[in-house]
Amino acid sequence: MTTTAGSVPHGGIIVGKPKWRPLESEGNLAMLLLLPTIALLLMFIAYPFMRGILLAVTNSKVGIIGDFVGFENFARLLKDPIFHAVVYNTFLYTFVTTVFKLILGLWLALLLNRDFKFKAFTRAFILLPFIVPTVLACFAWKWMFDPTFSVLNWMLFKLGVVAAGAGVNWLGDGDLAMLSIMIVNIWRGVPFFAISLMAGLQTISPDLGEAAAIDGAKPLQRFWYITWPLLMPVTMVVVLFSVIQTFSDFQIVYVMTGGGPANATHLFATYAYQLGVGTGLLSQGAAVSLAMFPLLFGIVIFQLMYIRRVETR
Amino acid sequence: MIEGAIWRRWVFFRLPMAIFLIFLLFPFYWMIITTFRPDGELYIPWYRANYKPFWTWNPTTAHLKYLFGETTFAIWMWNTTFIAVVATAISLFCGVLAGYALSRLNFRGAALLGTTIFVTYLVPQTLLFIPLSEIIRTYSLGDTPWSLILSYPTFLIPFCTWLMMGYFKSVPKELEECARIDGATRWQAMLYIIIPVAVPGILSAMIFAFTLSWNEFIYALVFLSSPEQKTVPVGVISELVRGDVFFWGPLMAGALFGSIPVAIAYSFFVEQYVSGVTGSVKG
Repeated sequence: MTTTAGSVPHGGIIVGKPKWRPLESEGNLAMLLLLPTIALLLMFIAYPFMRGILLAVTNSKVGIIGDFVGFENFARLLKDPIFHAVVYNTFLYTFVTTVFKLILGLWLALLLNRDFKFKAFTRAFILLPFIVPTVLACFAWKWMFDPTFSVLNWMLFKLGVVAAGAGVNWLGDGDLAMLSIMIVNIWRGVPFFAISLMAGLQTISPDLGEAAAIDGAKPLQRFWYITWPLLMPVTMVVVLFSVIQTFSDFQIVYVMTGGGPANATHLFATYAYQLGVGTGLLSQGAAVSLAMFPLLFGIVIFQLMYIRRVETR
Repeated sequence: MIEGAIWRRWVFFRLPMAIFLIFLLFPFYWMIITTFRPDGELYIPWYRANYKPFWTWNPTTAHLKYLFGETTFAIWMWNTTFIAVVATAISLFCGVLAGYALSRLNFRGAALLGTTIFVTYLVPQTLLFIPLSEIIRTYSLGDTPWSLILSYPTFLIPFCTWLMMGYFKSVPKELEECARIDGATRWQAMLYIIIPVAVPGILSAMIFAFTLSWNEFIYALVFLSSPEQKTVPVGVISELVRGDVFFWGPLMAGALFGSIPVAIAYSFFVEQYVSGVTGSVKG
């Protein structure tokens, strides 16, 4: 072993002139570590967002960069009856499915929170609707909703709800089509609600419920005065996530109805796709997409404020 | 009393649980049974007496043969796997480093950057797909796997970063301080002490990112055009649906086989996946 200048041969502690180590500065190291992330997000989020705004205030089509037209695209949307339907559909779809996902998800979470045989197994299977590709699962639903070969109509027929010649035209009627896509959305979302809320339930100490039970609280009272308030922070976050996802949903509608019949199930995203990609009216499509932004932004701000409040409490 | 308990068990637990399970899992059963059912049985209207929905005595592999022989399904599977693996690797690399920086290092603007990344995490793909398709064309990435490999990290990195931040915060600071006292540089302490401890968190992020990129649809639909470049969800929809004609047998076979890889990946890492779901919520 050779000894170099400035080092102590025994003990191996180096006491010489400190090496130049820029990464010992926390700021420098942080910048280096964040560089790839910031670069990718600037290129593929910030830049597209700017381009989106630029598209929305011009009259561009595929391959043609248009002229500046100000808010004309948005003004046109305000007069567009299909866009009115889109706004109504999206709010209705988001509201109804979120309410059902919360109620059913919470119920399922409470069931899963008990001790029973095959608990881990059941929990694993319950998440399947949430993990498989939505588009592929939607085809199974579309096939189940088929007017002529629908297994659901067969079930209703056997239960005596519908007559042989008069099955439910699931995707052919406007209101029923909306109901159908809502069912599929709830089907996909319930597992996420259930698993997240179950994780929230597990953080609540069972002692609280037992103490209340000794004091004479009925199960419903225990739920309403203990479980529900303590679960609130998790519930809020899950609901807000789900609202964002549902509000900007595309896949279910694209596969099940394509926005039809007669635009009865068009949402922001599917209408933006139809205009921007289907028809090639890039600017109008981008404007429809961006019309989602104010509401999404509001939810995000609300969520940030809520998280901050919970954290500082 | 015991009689009553059994009765209660059925009404308040077993029955609702059974209904939930049937509701959540029936579509998968329907996928499987359709895959192996011959066309002659498939296309019987529901009100006919010979409509026997739940079982078939004449299972067939015709739909599978069609799917793998007549379509480029195998290529779509390979494309999807390749894109998902590379996009996940890029996102994990970026997300782990960024998560470490944002949760363990003090620097100016840390809180603001953390919030910004959280906000991008909430940006849905449907908000940006039109301008992004323009940009993909400008970068000459259209109709290549790289259009997706580079755009998927936009929703995967914020997610991975967020998950890892939560995970790194749960690792005690003393662990790192000990290493620093023993002479490790910051870089070494991160690489050899903190990141190895965070492996369970990284696995959660990995399995979650993989399923998210396997399932992504709208970017793949807009950015890819030739059949041999497509991913499974887009390939199935564009090649097995001709106008109004749905090839239900092969379609369900495609849906089944397109779901199997994520189901397998998921079954190996159920615990990590579940902690990913809940971690993404709790942060």
